[in-house]
Amino acid sequence: MPEFDYVPDELDRRLVVATQAGLPLVPRPYDTLAAQLGVSATDVKERLGVLLAQGVIRRIGAVPNHYALGYAANGMSVWNVDDARVDELGERVGALDFVTHCYRRPRHVPAWPYNLFAMVHGRSRDEVDEKIASIARLLGDACAGHDVLFSTRILKKTGLRISG
Amino acid sequence: MAEIDDLDRRIINALQGGFPLVDEPYREVAETLGITEGELIRRLEDLLARRVLTRFGPMFQVEAMGGAFVLAALAVPEARFDEVTLLVNSLPEVAHNYRREHALNMWFVLATETPQGIGDAVARIESLTGLPVHAFPKEREYFVEMKLAA
Repeated sequence: MPEFDYVPDELDRRLVVATQAGLPLVPRPYDTLAAQLGVSATDVKERLGVLLAQGVIRRIGAVPNHYALGYAANGMSVWNVDDARVDELGERVGALDFVTHCYRRPRHVPAWPYNLFAMVHGRSRDEVDEKIASIARLLGDACAGHDVLFSTRILKKTGLRISG
Repeated sequence: MAEIDDLDRRIINALQGGFPLVDEPYREVAETLGITEGELIRRLEDLLARRVLTRFGPMFQVEAMGGAFVLAALAVPEARFDEVTLLVNSLPEVAHNYRREHALNMWFVLATETPQGIGDAVARIESLTGLPVHAFPKEREYFVEMKLAA
């Protein structure tokens, strides 16, 4: 579990609640948030800047629906990588321009020998397969086996909801 | 695949990150795209309404806010797949759930406001479904950029 030095306060929590549906689509969105939260717009902008700098906010931006953009194939590639090299190689896999998430996770042996997960999106399964072949080349003999789990159906997609 | 035109693509690519912390941020972005603030806001409303975008705003790191996010999987017998889907999806802690091709055929993300909430949700899913939950908490996150071109 990653550790964070930043200790969120009440304003941070209220900012999460006020923006979880999204940033207001009005000309002065930070003024709107400030009025909701009972602080100044300067406070809102400064706090968002601190949260970005601390990594508490990853980014402020648009979250595309991959399917709507034509990235119809989504393969969760999973790799059994030498523990001594997984962190070095994980960083390199994460840097590939078609990998959208990359994590080290625990193995569940014998059923699940894989410790590196890399999500690969493509316009077709063939495109995803080609990209996975290039991950295999990058990992080389540090990888003892891999699998690709294509998603065949979205069963639920809501995201985190924090109560006010 | 949704109908999106060249301007939609330019807007999506321009808004992947770095939205400005200024009084009139939409105006600032609109100027770089050569359109008006009103047009940018209308396009964003439309992209969200059509679900081309699932969200526009700050993306909080759940763990930094004291919460927890864990990927987990079940091996669901085919005959029970629909029934188990309903049971798993009934938990508000289940944020995403995907069917995938593997013996572990149901993969979902548990998102809770506290780390203890994960254990509670796992226990509840096991008792509702009678199936063992395989939890895959992240041990390390490797840096990726948001880079899927629209």
